[in-house]
Amino acid sequence: MALEINDLCVNCWACEPLCPNKAIYSASPHFEIDPDKCTECAGDFADAQCAAICPIEGAIVDELGDALNPPGSLTGIPLQLLMEAAGALEGTAAKVSSS
Amino acid sequence: MELPVISNTAESGGGGCSSHSCGSTADQLNQIPDEILQKVFNHPCYSEDAHHHFARMHVAVAPACNIQCNYCNRKYDCANESRPGVVSELLTPDQAAKKTLVVASEIPQMSVLGIAGPGDPLANPERTFATFQMLSEHAPDIKLCVSTNGLMLPQSVDEIAKHNIDHVTITINCVDPDVGAKIYPWIFWNNKRIKGREGAAILIEQQQKGLEACIAKGVLVKVNSVMIPGVNDEHLKEVSRVVKSKGAFLHNVMPLIAEAEHGTYYGLTGQRGPTQDELQALQDACAGDMNMMRHCRQCRADAVGLLGEDRGAEFTLDKIAEYELDLEGAAARRAEVRDRIAAELEEKRNAKAAAPAPKLVALDMSGLATKEALRPVKMAVATSGGGVINQHFGHAKEFLVYEASEKGVRFLGHRKTDLYCSGGDTCGDADTTLQQTVKTLEGCEVVLCSKIGYEPWGMLEEAGIAPNGEHAMEGIEDAVMAVYAEMAAAGKLVAPVEAPAQSAA
Repeated sequence: MALEINDLCVNCWACEPLCPNKAIYSASPHFEIDPDKCTECAGDFADAQCAAICPIEGAIVDELGDALNPPGSLTGIPLQLLMEAAGALEGTAAKVSSS
Repeated sequence: MELPVISNTAESGGGGCSSHSCGSTADQLNQIPDEILQKVFNHPCYSEDAHHHFARMHVAVAPACNIQCNYCNRKYDCANESRPGVVSELLTPDQAAKKTLVVASEIPQMSVLGIAGPGDPLANPERTFATFQMLSEHAPDIKLCVSTNGLMLPQSVDEIAKHNIDHVTITINCVDPDVGAKIYPWIFWNNKRIKGREGAAILIEQQQKGLEACIAKGVLVKVNSVMIPGVNDEHLKEVSRVVKSKGAFLHNVMPLIAEAEHGTYYGLTGQRGPTQDELQALQDACAGDMNMMRHCRQCRADAVGLLGEDRGAEFTLDKIAEYELDLEGAAARRAEVRDRIAAELEEKRNAKAAAPAPKLVALDMSGLATKEALRPVKMAVATSGGGVINQHFGHAKEFLVYEASEKGVRFLGHRKTDLYCSGGDTCGDADTTLQQTVKTLEGCEVVLCSKIGYEPWGMLEEAGIAPNGEHAMEGIEDAVMAVYAEMAAAGKLVAPVEAPAQSAA
């Protein structure tokens, strides 16, 4: 039973000091959770601490790959708008990298 | 009739704009007790006088945040972007301290080091205070300041008082949890994420407690507020009253930055920022209650240099790591520069005090049929400093906005032309730079500059703004008053207010 940080992570350090098991460590390109140490905070806190402070929707997932903070759950931004924004951003990123 | 004009004494030819060209100290800091003025006199962010002479820097050591604001998105860091909360490079406390010492060696005008993020400095207390600790040890002459959302402020006040930090900025956008619920979707508190009104209520309580605790410890507090039309614009008048009554010495109302491409809640849901006029009206309404900062530039959390400039790119991590410090030599150079500037400012103040009563400009009103009251007019000025109109329209990165009225000339604030994003076509914005600049000048009826090209001339006229290059190299206030007098003589100023767009037609 362990949580995982994926490539949506922006390396903001918020989760690292909160982990009761010191399972979270800084790595490249993003923070990682040591699966041998992670307990999902069972016995320490009601909520997994990393997921409780993480500002990025979808960045922390459980063993099944399900996001603890699914899209829209933290920002309240409607899904439709999030998807449109993601599409627009990809366009921008492509333009920047090609220039 | 006669119109009073603020007396213009000759300015020394230093860099940056002269103090009167940016609104005099007397206008904005006059209610502040002497002991506080002493503390802020060489702080570029707090003192109108100081921001022309002293430099500041921010170090990005505090990445974590413990709340979410609807105007913030931690996800994107576009190199073209310039807005608070955005940085290119996160520093360790060691790197941050070294960078500060290097910059303070290279730029002897450096007087202030701030930690403002990119997250919340007090949500990263170890990193933040480790940086402060090293700096108070190695460069005790540099003032330290910290910005916070206030959530962890009550717990941090003792530590703040220990570190010679005499300036704290709290961002307070509301004192009512119902308003807060529209600004803060969640906070992290006591190991839980708390959403909605409940979270906002806790945040507000902590901010107010923290403000009171700082004041009780003798720590200076400035309050920042983000003006969000339809959400907290009216409410900020109440915020101003509350924070002043508790002892905050400055209230800085800033415009919401909400572009869709920033991916924030407000940006994506179409929440608009205030117009320049709305911002100024609110700042005016709050100024009756409280000293306002008109020259805030909404700096990045890693800005370096004089206010309005950013020399951060000169100080790369490689350069910093290799740099050999001479702490004593650098401190001596800073002391020398500080003394020289202090003497200059003192001289200026004395000159002001000794100056004769405000010069009066006679206004020929014979062309006017009636004696009706004249309406005030806003004018934008392009200047590169020295208190004179000396900049080409197309070169202006910002305009100073003045209001001329029967009472005289009043400085209102700065308007940046390359606001928040200089990415141009990479950011998919349809407006040309020129169109954006013209938009920036909304509400102004005249723009004074040294010269102006044919294309912008036409676009300005179309927008109802009269370009004027006839007062090049003249003192700003004199020129503004002269143009006002011309407008009065031409019968353009009789109330009621004429919409600028109509005058162009």
